[in-house]
Amino acid sequence: MILAQTQTARRPVRLGLTLEHVLPKLVLAPSLVLALVCIYGYMAWTGYISLTPSSFLPMYELSGFEQYQRLLENDRWRVACFNLALFGGLFIGACLLVGVLLAILLDQRIRAEGALRTIYLYPMAISFIVTGTAWKWILNPSLGLEKLVHDFGFTSFEFSWLTDPDKAIYTLVMAAVWQSSGFVMAMFLAGLRGIDSSIIKAAQLDGASLPRIYWRIVLPCLRPVFFSAVMVLSHIAIKSFDLVTALTAGGPGYSTDLPALFMYAHAFTRGQMGLGAASAMMMLAGVLAILVPYLYSELRGKRHA
Amino acid sequence: MRNAALLSWQPRLGRLFIYATLIAVAALYLIPLWVVLLTSFKTSADIRSGNLLSLPDVWVLEGWIKAWGTACTGVSCDGIRGYFVNSTVMVLPAVALSTLLGALNGYVLSLWRFKGSELLFGLLLFGCFIPFQVILLPMAQTLGWLGLANSTAGLVLVHVIYGLCFTTLFYRNFYQALPQEIIKAARLDGAGFFTIFWRIVLPLSGPITMVTLIWQFTAIWNDFLFGVVFSAGDNQPMTVALNNLVNTTAGVKEYNVDMAAAVLAALPTLLVYAVAGKYFVRGLTAGAIKG
Repeated sequence: MILAQTQTARRPVRLGLTLEHVLPKLVLAPSLVLALVCIYGYMAWTGYISLTPSSFLPMYELSGFEQYQRLLENDRWRVACFNLALFGGLFIGACLLVGVLLAILLDQRIRAEGALRTIYLYPMAISFIVTGTAWKWILNPSLGLEKLVHDFGFTSFEFSWLTDPDKAIYTLVMAAVWQSSGFVMAMFLAGLRGIDSSIIKAAQLDGASLPRIYWRIVLPCLRPVFFSAVMVLSHIAIKSFDLVTALTAGGPGYSTDLPALFMYAHAFTRGQMGLGAASAMMMLAGVLAILVPYLYSELRGKRHA
Repeated sequence: MRNAALLSWQPRLGRLFIYATLIAVAALYLIPLWVVLLTSFKTSADIRSGNLLSLPDVWVLEGWIKAWGTACTGVSCDGIRGYFVNSTVMVLPAVALSTLLGALNGYVLSLWRFKGSELLFGLLLFGCFIPFQVILLPMAQTLGWLGLANSTAGLVLVHVIYGLCFTTLFYRNFYQALPQEIIKAARLDGAGFFTIFWRIVLPLSGPITMVTLIWQFTAIWNDFLFGVVFSAGDNQPMTVALNNLVNTTAGVKEYNVDMAAAVLAALPTLLVYAVAGKYFVRGLTAGAIKG
């Protein structure tokens, strides 16, 4: 009697256990499979297209690395890559500089810190298309900044970077820094608040000057934040598509073309699907070239700690 | 704050310099918004006679009315009204679905771990980093096969799929910090998978849900790449319509209309930022530093 009771009592528990083993996987499966297929499956698919002579429609007979060769010989692609290096370098450098300086200044017991932080960060909530539209108007060669400075009395002032093939790329840097530097500031500020104050106290007791303390102690402590910020910013730079579309549309000519724009143009509007796929794979390679060393050092750092 | 106290520059001049710099920079960040707003309230003639910072001679709503109802965006001339609605219709289900699925995924990947679940999470995490250019062509093809090409439903699907990487990451990292004992105790009491989720885990998820909702809302509302690739004509989202409106070359350029449309496109995310900026910043740093 007792035995029978325990058995009946146990059975549902065991059933429950098996169901509980399967249920989490069942819940996870659909969305995870979908996401993984749409990441890795599609990546492989794009890789395959890049090895075919696909133009307006996908074709599936292989033609080797022909598209990559065409890509490397393509002048517009070279300009796009050069622009990415120039834009990315200036954008990352300027954001880091502005970000770290603002963070240090904001960390000096500033009265309206909350309000200032809110102002520095609001551009991050806005779409790059809106930012591009706004800056296109501000930098308008006849009615924008130039006219404003003329009205101030400096009538010889000229500012037409937006329509100057050699200067247009710098307008992208300006708008992008305006949009993203506040975010870098927030990262550095969080980093500054995490530094152990006893180190700084000790340095002060030793008679170190303030700039010296920042340069020799505080900034080295911010190294991890610095790497995270570079990571995020280079990611934004490589993916840059909206901003350049809205601000210069790659022009004048293709002087401000970027890889993301090149890929879109060739894959979707110019009927050069194979070439577009090849450029997408190159972008992926670019991201991996930054991501893999970063993750490697992160993981190694964790193991050591 | 403690550091700040230690490092604050004592001399008055230094403080003055710090405040002056901070305020000047704040002005630099605000001026573009101010210029855009001023321009949107001017008449076309006023724009040509004044400059970026001059106040409107007369404040008019002309630009706003035209941007909303009659401005030309490429083919049609019905303003951005319809596209604003498109974005709204797209963003709500996409945010809700990706957040819900992210919560469930994060719950499984942190509190119901199984052999290989860490690897799955790592694989999913990588989706946060890929340049989306690498999935555009196959996705366009797939949406075509599914009959979802150039539809809002198709866009929702795309945003849910690629949003999952971020939402799962957010929830997983948050749930990881919950004590496993809660789950063990609940299981001993006979609570099942879903009971624990609804009764115990979800009520604890308030902050991370705010972060995720805001992050997803901003990302999806502001998206341009998926919008321009996977939608066409009347189904385009707001960002694409704004770009079309600004680049429509027909007729005289009306900067007041462009600027009003830009403000309208930015308004929803700016409102969210104004109301829940705290969570927005948290999401940015969580997504950036941990992702």
